[in-house]
Formats: sequence, C-alpha cells, structure tokens
Amino acid sequence: MKSDVLIIGAGGAGLVAAISAHESGAKVRVITKEYPTRSQTSMAQGGINAALSNAGEDSIEAHIKNTLKSAHGIANEEAVNFLCQSAPKAIEWLDSIGVCFSRTKESKIAQRKLGGASAACACYAQDYTGLKILHTLYDKCLSLGIEILNEKYLLDYIVEDDRVYGAIVLDIRTGEVQRYESSSLIIATGGYSRIYDKYSTNSNSTTGDGLAAAIRGGARVSDMEFIQFHPTALKNSSVLISESARGAGGFLLNSKGERFVNELLPRDEVARAINDEILRSEDIFLDIRHLGEEFINEELPQERKLAKLYENVDPVYDLIPIKPVAHYTMGGIEVDKNSSTRIKGLYAAGECANHRVHGANRLGGNSLLELVVFGKQAGVNAALYAKNFDKSLDDATQLSIDKNFISKVRAFSNEIDFYKIREELGDMFYTKVGISRKKESLESSLIHVKDLLSKVHLMGVSDKSKIYNTNLIEFLEFKNMLEISRLVLKGAIARNESRGSHFREDYPNEDEKFKMHTIVDKDGVVS
Amino acid sequence: MKIKIQRESIVEYEVDIQDSTLLNILQMIKITQDATLTYSSGCKSSVCGSCSMRVNGREILACVYKVQDGDFIQPLKNVPIIRDLVVDMDKALSFNEKAKAWLHTLNPSITLSKENEKINEIQSNCILCGACYSACPVYAVNEEFIGPFSLTRVWRYVSDVREQNANEKIEVIQTSGIWDCTLCNECTLVCPQDISSKADIEKLRSKSAILGYSDPNFAASFGGGFGTSIDGSPSF
Repeated sequence: MKSDVLIIGAGGAGLVAAISAHESGAKVRVITKEYPTRSQTSMAQGGINAALSNAGEDSIEAHIKNTLKSAHGIANEEAVNFLCQSAPKAIEWLDSIGVCFSRTKESKIAQRKLGGASAACACYAQDYTGLKILHTLYDKCLSLGIEILNEKYLLDYIVEDDRVYGAIVLDIRTGEVQRYESSSLIIATGGYSRIYDKYSTNSNSTTGDGLAAAIRGGARVSDMEFIQFHPTALKNSSVLISESARGAGGFLLNSKGERFVNELLPRDEVARAINDEILRSEDIFLDIRHLGEEFINEELPQERKLAKLYENVDPVYDLIPIKPVAHYTMGGIEVDKNSSTRIKGLYAAGECANHRVHGANRLGGNSLLELVVFGKQAGVNAALYAKNFDKSLDDATQLSIDKNFISKVRAFSNEIDFYKIREELGDMFYTKVGISRKKESLESSLIHVKDLLSKVHLMGVSDKSKIYNTNLIEFLEFKNMLEISRLVLKGAIARNESRGSHFREDYPNEDEKFKMHTIVDKDGVVS
Repeated sequence: MKIKIQRESIVEYEVDIQDSTLLNILQMIKITQDATLTYSSGCKSSVCGSCSMRVNGREILACVYKVQDGDFIQPLKNVPIIRDLVVDMDKALSFNEKAKAWLHTLNPSITLSKENEKINEIQSNCILCGACYSACPVYAVNEEFIGPFSLTRVWRYVSDVREQNANEKIEVIQTSGIWDCTLCNECTLVCPQDISSKADIEKLRSKSAILGYSDPNFAASFGGGFGTSIDGSPSF
C-alpha cells in the first residue's frame, strides 16, 4: 500500500525524519537494508554540539564562527546559522524523548570540548552518544507505531518528469524486486567512506547507495571531493577512538615520544600533521594515561574497551597506536534550504545530503546535530509536500527496469573478482586520493576507475541464490561505490587548490577562485 | 586452523590465520573461498549488534571473538534462521513494542541528576544483538516470553526518574514477562555489554510488588486445588 512519505535509511536522520513526518500527520514507511539500531549512527561516540554554556561560557555565535572557520569559506552562512540556532532545541527534544545524556553535578547536561571548538560545546552520553541517541529514536518510533521494514536494499527511485513516486527495492530475505509507492521520499542513507575499504572508521554498510541512486534518478550531488580523515583510528583495525580523548587532554606523540601538533586543531589539520609524521617513518600514538583510570572509566569507557579488544593495549597504562582514516564524507546530495533536491518530492538529510554546513571540513560534534536538525526539516517538508500532492503513477516501468537489471547482474560473467578490486580500490584511494593528493595520481586513479566501470559486466556474483544473497548485495554496493569514486575523483581533479580536507601537494594554498561548490549530475560537472 | 560452520549442513573450512576475530575469518572465507557463506556484519567494533552468533554453543559477537582451532560456529537460537548464520530478528524485536519500552510521559519538572543518570547507564548501553534472547531457556516453553533485552529496556525507562507513567509498562510485563523468567542468569553471562537482564527483571519484580502485583504462577499454585491452611502456607 502507498505511503505518504517513504524514508530510505533508518539511522539517526531517517528516524528523526520519520518521527517528524508522522507528527506532521503523514503516513510514514521506513525502509532499511539493515535494522535501524545497526546503522552507522550507533558508532558516533564524541558528542553533539549545542551552545548551552553548561560547562563554561559559550554562545551560538561562537558555535557558528567555529563551524564556519572549520568549513574554510565554502559553508552557507544561512544554513550554518540555522543549524547552530536550532541546536539547543534539538538537545532539549532529544532529552525529552529519553536520551540519557551525561550530567554535571548541577544536574545539567554535561558538555565537553572537541577539536576546533572554542568552548565545551558537545553534549554526550559517556562515549556512547550515537548509540544512545539512535536507540532512543528507535524506541520513540515504536511508540508512534511507525512502520519500519528491515533488510530491503534500495535499487532506484521511481522518477517521472522530475517528480518522485516511490522506490524500487530488493527484498534481501526473499530476493524479490519490489515497488513501494509514496507521494514524497526522504533519502537518509548515510555517507560513502567505505570507498576507502579497510581505511575507514565506518560500518561495512556505508556504501553511498542512496546517493548513487539519486544521481541515477536525476538529482545532483556536490562537494564530493571533501572527505574527512579522523586523526585517531586504531592502527591495525581502523576502529575509531573518539576525539573526546584529545578534548579531555590526550596527547599525540611520535616514536620519539614528542608532541608535534596542537591536538585540538580541526580534524583536517591534525590528520595532515599525523600523515606528515608517518611519511617521515614515525609511528604515532595517542596518550591518555595521564587522565587516570577513574576518568577514563567514567568518560571514555568504550575507548578503553575498543583499544583493549582491537589493539591489545590498555589506554590506562599504554600508548595507543593510531593512524588517520576516512571517517565522514562532507559531499552529498544537493538540497535547498528546505532539504529538497531538484526532483520534486525528493528530500535528503543526514550524511548523504549536502546542506552546505560542513564546507571543506566538518566540525566534530556537528554530524549528530545535522541529522536531528535537518532530519526534522526533511520530515516536516516531505509530509507537507505529500499533503499537497497525492497522485499515483500508474506505471511499472522502473520496476521492470530493475527486475531486468538484477537478472542481468546474476548472469554477469564473474571473470573478475570484485572483492579483490574492492580492496585494491580502497588501497588506491587511501594512498592517492587520501589526506594528500596531486594531479598525476588523481588522474591515473580516474583512468583506473573508468576502466573498472567499463568492466563491471565482467565482474558479478558466484552465489546464485535468491535467499539472502549477500554476495549480490555486496556487488550492488560495490557498483555504487565505483560510481561515487568517479565523482570524488572528478571533483578532486577540478579543484586545483588546497581547502580543508582537500589537500593538494601541487597546489598547497587556498585559491579565491575555487571558493565555490563542485556540483555534479549524471552527465558530469555542472559547475 | 580448521573451523566448522553450521549451514544447511555442517561445513568445515581451513584458514591460514592466527589471532584473528571470527568476523575477519568469515570475511576471508567469503572473499577467498566461498562467496555463498552468509552472515551479517556492520560496525566491526562491537556496537551495532549485527554479527551476533554462537561459538561452541555460546553466544558471542563475531567481531570480538578470537577464533580457536576446531571452533564450531552456529546461528543464534530461538529465532528463525534465514540462511547460514543470518537470523530473522523481527519477532524478537517486536517484544520491545509489546512491552511498550519507551518513555511514555515526561515529567518536565524533574531534572535528571548525575546520580539519576547512573541508574540506567549500563542498561542504555544495550546494542540489541540478541545474545540474551538466544541464550534464554524460557523460549523452549513460552514463545511469547517478553525476553531479556526487552525487559532490560523496560527497566531502562521505568527507572528514568522523569517517567510519569511507568505503570503502563509494569502492567504489560505481568503476563509472559517478569514472572516467567527462571532467574537462571544465562542472559547475563552472554551479554557483550555486561548488562544483567536477570538483575533488571528482579528490580522490575520488586517494583511490581510495590505496585500491588504478585507472581501469578505462585498464586495459581495456591489456588490450584491443593488448598491452603489458615496461615497461608501450602497445605500439601
């Protein structure tokens, strides 16, 4: 049955959108390729920014200023104002639905300092901030009776004359291709850091499916070349160690035991400083021993657990070996100030969208914030749109296109092992399209990616089962990642300057003439 | 090193790797030996709950467990198997809804103190991996049991001092809920987040008793034809 609003993705942005669309009176259906609580949001650790002044003086103006500074001139000031102005209300709302934020002795929501912030701005729940927000949102959705369908993989949006009518999905459990009609649709499918394969802090699922489908459906994406590297992932496993460890006074040390950078600079600068040390053959460590066992257990329990589990070190007594890896993708689907794409009825929120609030480098603590603020906005507007536009499309063209596509993919020759290519692509992106880039390596990478795109039909699947075929799903994800890789490279090649997370060895300075957004549609670079 | 995996039949795989998590080994088998091997995974860092399964009968997260030679890998119990190590969690998760495990009505005049927040800090670390649900022996006799993770979640909200209407939740867990638990503690032993659903269930029993509820099984054994003596002790 048709829904008013269809939401693809059930992480933080998707669930906030679902709640607000429901509360705006719409009949809402949420579809996820996993289960809601397995989403990437569960992995957010450090905090969510709002100028509450609960831990010393702070102001919304300072939050705006820090966000803009970190963004290096290409954030939209109006959007940043809206984000930061909305932040205190966003926290109040999360608190009201039961998110158990850590508290101060005065019974206020506790706040801590993250990199690039001028004050302790990040509200947190130990270092499980994302987990606790996500689970509480999920519980809230259940309380409202919102329909959530698990384990259905997005194939395409149904778009006719630049208007959306729903989506085509592959039911992972049955292998059936299905059509879900809706008056409006919100994309909340997360980022694309997984193109860096093992060099990413992200979940295996962060493959940019919603974004790749948006391009195919005629929407535009922008600023794809801006990818944030988190300074402190565990050296062997790329598991994230939260910035709050540095916020609390943790040091970064090289093999000689020397500090080499101000640990609380924005992430792009810290990641680059670490990368420079690594290129000088230094091993890099995070040192939080001086914070003491009591503090670590109280404020950073997950970090201690993860360091023990995945690096065999106890941060109370040992240095933590780290390296910077891909963590957050600033680029995303182009949306206007109503979270609407250029396709009528198609909205986007969360990491998959580009609301132009992060610019060239996101401020830590602003991603959980964006999913609440813009998730809500997308939900309200998609509900309103559905109220005013309630027409169906009596046409199963897209369904048959996708059915044929899946049959074709099953019959692909599978001469080339895509798993091997996926790993090689990740290695190539980390070394050539990573923290430091230059023209020749970007161009050779693009040639390689184009070559791979032309050989997709030579890849494929060896598992022919209809039931829960993860070989097939991973191949479809890989295909999306390849398409996205091409866009990242085109953006990185065109931007002959260094700005925020995009650092070009051959153009090491910011250049006024590139103070603009890179906008791409399926036919190439638009501007 | 050899491991066995319960698929439609038991399949043995040989892998040349030491000191590795089970998830890494499953990924390696899928990528290099057998692309049809099916399991779920997500964060690889023990916070999303996707890769919950059993090793030698005991529930673990594959991204945490370090594999030993001869290990036997199976899917979770008490849930329908979809394929290989992937199970359908929909019904298990539906007990959260049945138990109304959410904040019903916030009392805006109560502020949460640091001490208040600590009351359910551990319970709100739950990742819904389903390990406790799989380990729970009650499902052998009652498929409708509002299981360990849902009851922990109820306690998480009941113990929130800002909740004005805890009674609704207490009421729904009286049937196929807290009194059906055998307090065997299996759930506690397998929880990767060190949560004790058994302890939470005991707290919910105390809370229920304060609100005037009692163990219906106990009452039934009183009224079940044995009769009682004047002082209330069983007369059999």
